[in-house]
Amino acid sequence: MIEIKNLHKSYQMGKNSLHVLKGINFSVEEGELVAIMGSSGSGKSTLLNILGMLDELDEGSYTLDGVPIKNLNETKAAQYRNKFLGFIFQSFNLINYKTAAENVALPLYYQRVGRKERQEKALKYLEQVGLKEWATHLPSELSGGQKQRVAIARAMAAEPKVLLADEPTGALDSKTSYEVMDLIQKINDEGNTILLVTHEEDIAHMCKRIVHLKDGVIVEDKKVDQVRAEQYV
Amino acid sequence: MKFIFDRNTWQEIFGSISKNKTRTIITIVGVLWGIFIYIALSGAAKGMDNGFEKVFESVSMNSMFVWGQSTSMPYEGFKTGRPMQLKLSDVTTLENRIPEIQNIAPRITLGNFGSDPVFTVRGQKSGSYPVNGDYPVYTRIATKKIFDGGRFINDEDIAQARKVCVIGERNLQELFEKDEDPIGQFIRIGDVYFQVVGVHKLSQGVSFDNDNAIFIPFTTFRKLYNTGENVDYFCIAAYDDVDVVQVEKDVKSLLRNIHRVNPEDERAFGSFNLGEMFTKVSGFAKGMTFLSLVVGIATILAGVIGIGNILLISVKERTKELGVRRALGATPKEVRSQIILESVFLTMIAGVMGIILGAGVLSIINSLTKDLDFPYTNPTVPIPYVLGALLIMVVLGTLIGLIPAQRAVSIKPIDALREE
Repeated sequence: MIEIKNLHKSYQMGKNSLHVLKGINFSVEEGELVAIMGSSGSGKSTLLNILGMLDELDEGSYTLDGVPIKNLNETKAAQYRNKFLGFIFQSFNLINYKTAAENVALPLYYQRVGRKERQEKALKYLEQVGLKEWATHLPSELSGGQKQRVAIARAMAAEPKVLLADEPTGALDSKTSYEVMDLIQKINDEGNTILLVTHEEDIAHMCKRIVHLKDGVIVEDKKVDQVRAEQYV
Repeated sequence: MKFIFDRNTWQEIFGSISKNKTRTIITIVGVLWGIFIYIALSGAAKGMDNGFEKVFESVSMNSMFVWGQSTSMPYEGFKTGRPMQLKLSDVTTLENRIPEIQNIAPRITLGNFGSDPVFTVRGQKSGSYPVNGDYPVYTRIATKKIFDGGRFINDEDIAQARKVCVIGERNLQELFEKDEDPIGQFIRIGDVYFQVVGVHKLSQGVSFDNDNAIFIPFTTFRKLYNTGENVDYFCIAAYDDVDVVQVEKDVKSLLRNIHRVNPEDERAFGSFNLGEMFTKVSGFAKGMTFLSLVVGIATILAGVIGIGNILLISVKERTKELGVRRALGATPKEVRSQIILESVFLTMIAGVMGIILGAGVLSIINSLTKDLDFPYTNPTVPIPYVLGALLIMVVLGTLIGLIPAQRAVSIKPIDALREE
């Protein structure tokens, strides 16, 4: 599903060049649930941004579902993001003047899906995250966990190949974190590929595979026995 | 282009606009005020223009008068102070020699310019009124509205020197009973009985005659009062596209030539140029229209810049939203179009509201000034002006929307999403 070879990325900080990713080789199969771990500055968010086509790679290659991702202009990148990827952010990033259902329907709007179908799908995915009765509420009327579940529904709505989650539980207390992880595990159980950036050990162990990043290189890549979040809920 | 006519696009824009109410209202007020000022000002200026137009409606706007005075310079053996007398034969000479003249009406009067009005009697009633000897061509220069059933003096009256007359509204009131039909009745003007053939209406604006003026055929007048070839003054109308001031000069110079007056003698013939007056007045009205147009458009411009300003600020506020949209698959073109269409849409709504409001105010002004004795009629804004203003607004709305739109696109989605 994801194939990365010899990935390099550096940022210009004034006169100095900051080499963030120093040759990453990494692949993800369909249906995997991968946690990317590392201390801050290890390059995990940069990696996720490159995977999410929000940032460009300097060197190396990136193939997503057999499609080489390189030299994309903004328009093409936007289309690929819409088609291949679903994003889940730490701070939810819901649009605050749109209701839960409208937020979920937004990626479908950019897929040119008709209004009726958008609404139906939005409700379907809200139901999947257990928030159907909150469909007409604004984000300001939802709790943090509910917001993240709406965000997950939004990421799912476009039926992407890969879900990318950047610290999805970073802004939540542990109980809500486990609820969200439970949802993510269930989505994974249905065969969806999920990449998740976190720095919390317990969250990482709820995935099937943990990739450790340190100073821009992968220091450890291991399969783990998944801890089900259900038991903590 | 398809994007613009897509219902979904408009739902998205309408959603964004209707859910940021404060922003929308503040934005709209700016342009609304601009277009309102534009409509109200140019409508008011147009009303004044129309008002002046109406004042001059019953007279030919390119007309003037010429009369004889007395010479102020000796010439060819004549002494200074020789009185000038216009003659009927001058008409043909003027017409032949000055092709710019459209119509020329010789007039002779009693009761104007110091002479005594004529005592007029009908039955027990009487009054003293000015009497004019006229040709039918006079009505081509100063329109005379004649009440139903009557007519003005015609060519037959002139040829046969008929004793017919056209009376004014006041003569009718003073000489006849109420509800009496004057047409065909006889009145005695001086010592001679005349048959009334028409009653002229007093015109509202500028007029050469009072509402008590009596008109009789020129030929009848000269027989009765033994005036021969004499003419008191000429009413001259030039063609629409010629310079009346030049015609006035030509006429006077030709008259000096005919009557053997020193070509330098400016005082031998007097004249009054209505065309020149009218040009000044209508020039003033046009100046007002132009000024209001400039002020109005400047106000619209200020309003549209206001919209751009607020959109620019809101783009900064919405950086994150736009970043999310792009992460979810909005292309830069879609983001840009959304911002521009929001701008254009707001401008249009505000514009239409301003037009309606302005039209409302104009209609109030219209009803208030209807009965006033003031040159002000029918304040309207011509449709091309309104459409032009709308077009300007759409174009400016698009241009001004480009700035925030470009800014929205120039922020990379990753920067927009980065934690604050």
